[in-house]
Amino acid sequence: MRNRRLHLWFALVVCVVSAPAYALLPIQHWQTGNGAQVYFVANRDLPMLDVSVDFPAGSAFGTRENSGLAALTQSLLKLGAGGLPEDEIARRMADVGAQLGGRFDSDRAGLSLRTLSSAEEMKEALSLLARILQRPEFPPAVLEREKARIIGAIKEADTKPEVIASRNFNALIYGNHPYGLRRSGEADTVAHLTREDLVDFYRRHYTADQAVVAIMGNVSRGEAEVIADQLTGELPRSGAPAAIPDVPSLTRAEARMIAHPAAQSHVLIGAPGIKRADPDYFPLFIGNYILGGGGFVSRVLEEVRQKRGLAYSAYSYFSPLKQRGPFVMGLQTRKDQAGEAVAVVRATLKDFVAQGPTADELEKAKQNISGGFPLRIDSNRKILDYLGVIGFYRLPLTYLDDFVPNVEKVTLADIRNAFARHVDPERLVTVIVGADEAALGAAK
Amino acid sequence: MSFDFFSGTARARIGALLVVLPLTIAAAVAQTHEHKLGNGLRVIVKEDHRAPTVVSMVWYKAGSIDEFNGTTGVAHVLEHMMFKGTKTVPSGEYSKLIAAAGGRENAFTSRDMTGYHVQVHKSQLPLAFRLEADRMANLVVSEDEFAKEIKVVMEERRLRTEDQAHALVYEQFMATALRSHPYRAPVIGWMSDLENMRAEDAREWYRRWYAPNNALVVVVGDVDPKEVFALAERYFGPLKPKALPERKPQDEPAQRGVRRVTVKAPAELSSLIMGYRAPVLRDPEQDWEPYALEMLAGVLDGNEAARLNSSLVRGEKIALSVDAGYDSTQRGPGMFLVSGTPAAGKTVAELEQALRREFAKVMNEGVSESELKRVRAQVVAAQVFQRDSIVFQARQIGALEITGYSHQAIDLMIRKLQEVTAAQVHEVARKYLVDDSLTIAVLDPQPLPGKPDAAAQGRNHAQ
Repeated sequence: MRNRRLHLWFALVVCVVSAPAYALLPIQHWQTGNGAQVYFVANRDLPMLDVSVDFPAGSAFGTRENSGLAALTQSLLKLGAGGLPEDEIARRMADVGAQLGGRFDSDRAGLSLRTLSSAEEMKEALSLLARILQRPEFPPAVLEREKARIIGAIKEADTKPEVIASRNFNALIYGNHPYGLRRSGEADTVAHLTREDLVDFYRRHYTADQAVVAIMGNVSRGEAEVIADQLTGELPRSGAPAAIPDVPSLTRAEARMIAHPAAQSHVLIGAPGIKRADPDYFPLFIGNYILGGGGFVSRVLEEVRQKRGLAYSAYSYFSPLKQRGPFVMGLQTRKDQAGEAVAVVRATLKDFVAQGPTADELEKAKQNISGGFPLRIDSNRKILDYLGVIGFYRLPLTYLDDFVPNVEKVTLADIRNAFARHVDPERLVTVIVGADEAALGAAK
Repeated sequence: MSFDFFSGTARARIGALLVVLPLTIAAAVAQTHEHKLGNGLRVIVKEDHRAPTVVSMVWYKAGSIDEFNGTTGVAHVLEHMMFKGTKTVPSGEYSKLIAAAGGRENAFTSRDMTGYHVQVHKSQLPLAFRLEADRMANLVVSEDEFAKEIKVVMEERRLRTEDQAHALVYEQFMATALRSHPYRAPVIGWMSDLENMRAEDAREWYRRWYAPNNALVVVVGDVDPKEVFALAERYFGPLKPKALPERKPQDEPAQRGVRRVTVKAPAELSSLIMGYRAPVLRDPEQDWEPYALEMLAGVLDGNEAARLNSSLVRGEKIALSVDAGYDSTQRGPGMFLVSGTPAAGKTVAELEQALRREFAKVMNEGVSESELKRVRAQVVAAQVFQRDSIVFQARQIGALEITGYSHQAIDLMIRKLQEVTAAQVHEVARKYLVDDSLTIAVLDPQPLPGKPDAAAQGRNHAQ
């Protein structure tokens, strides 16, 4: 059934007739007995099932002192749960060919499962996931080992110019706001985390009424209801959701140059951007496609790479979160060219914010984003990801149906106004790692 | 650290492309349709009607394996130039037309092949074919565009190799393990060769290899095979075939003893790569060793419960991470690779000894039936999971075909994998995990200059 609706829906879109009488993807939504939000799409095409369960338990719920706690809690869930040691969980999961994954960012933490939908395999995989989500044990020996591994990885990461750039960038745009915390934590904060910290964090943040369950695949509505209960029924209710504070705007421009022996300078320029719920989401999304999100047809790549050969990769993006996620422009270039490249990127942004895109650019952007919409939802995996986002950010159930109309109605003025409201070219953070002093006069 | 045999280098960031994990030659088994044009171009179509989208991939049997010293990296440079205009489509226009059609496009070069792919709504397949056919025959490599793009490629090399300790180690590993075979050179090319490359080198490469009879078109999606074949006849049919140059085997001489190389690069932790020369699949029906080596890689590192992680990372805590991999399907010589990073307080020498103990265990005691069964379960599940992605299905068909295997052999390969016995795994371990064909590369980490805490090195400049 999904196929036919997809076809029909697309026919409507190319004619730009907005008659949203048909749901593109019939998303079913309900709440479990103890408050979990469930989002479900049935698909019988393949004998498989994808499930994810997310919580507001990302790195932004940490503090400067316990940075890394959220990530460590999530990574230990599957390393011992419900009486099963980690090796036994891994063996049982592998024996049924199931794949356990996870999601972790500033806002969200969760687990995902991909399994065959044949009865025996699916039952075993789901029962393991239910155990991991609801009865993790955080074994002390495993905790110590994982801390050592994470600290090693952090120390290694801290030698890499792209990591150094991103750490400094986040620290400068977010200051003391928890979005400035590194998701993995820091070597010294991870070292001090205790089992009690993890148990407490888990208890407070992995709660039923904050859970978002996404189910996509070869099960019936009845089966999906049982699965959602099975995965969250034992979780406690929390009452009030934890809140992430507002992100203040930058008060002035700031630049940081950091020495590094790498052959290239790594450049990041940006500021706090927008919330996921911002009404300017679509104008900024489309505007950014034109500015630096559309790859080879974007202005940033055109100016930096196609015209001047300064970099392999050059881009801009907004990463909207519960609170204001970052707006970032970035590139890497041979050290002696960094000054020139930074000047090009800044000029490109300044011009874009002042003038906005051309009518032709806007039309081409809409053609790409509207015309390419079917590519966004042409696999179970992609649809599962959308269900997770719709659930977590409480987007309307018609989000996918409204997507193309929302794109089509954006005007040149909408984009100009949205950029004027959210991006101030005179108040940006610039971080250059591997800075060549001589070449950077222009950047300072 | 992870490595993949197919790892090539692409025109833009596209995630892990063609990462052929151990045992993932398991494939989607739905029926395909094949048609050969008069000029030798082969077209393979697989229907997948789940969504109104289609992926079209054009493959050329021309990878870094076909290059010579002095112009290493030219296969990849040409891939970049393929977006720089033809006699009738100006530079950059290819990307603009595909974007305006709602499409996504990209390309990659690997050791064995070069591939170009487009994902579009099914109604846009004719556009994709028209543009691909045009640049198969009418590419223009101008001096001006080449001069800019070769700079981009050098930046790509700096980004992905020069400033990446693990990439440098892998590059030196290959150049040490192989002495004559072209796999010893990196796909992106040596920097000196890039610095001295000329537009004419790219043109010469294009003239030699870009021809319908050295190419393959794979289409997967919501299409009717007959219509796709008619479209292919229309757009690709008029192209003229070329006499292709002879490909010399350049076989690697037998290795006569262990080889070691050390690479110094900025890093915090040391790491090592151990690689054993191994056979690859040539006859999917008769060969059995490559299947057994795939299963061995699966037992060592094919799933969360596999041996190396379980014993060295979780059990002995001697490693922060370990990986094992083997790819049975490639044009050049095979390699059974293991890599790892020692845990704090452990040395690469200790990790090497621990890995050798694990190999010895397999060689002395073999593997258990339950381990094999677990790996087989991964193969069965992967067959289903891969059908969720039309791009993956197209890549799989194309990569196998261009490497010299029939995609029709996929079912046979899966069956052969499932039939591998514990005794066969035992036998290939004893035969191939031997010092005489072993190469070991070690990263000797060099501290960054200045303070250990990089974040503290920053100096602020108010604007």
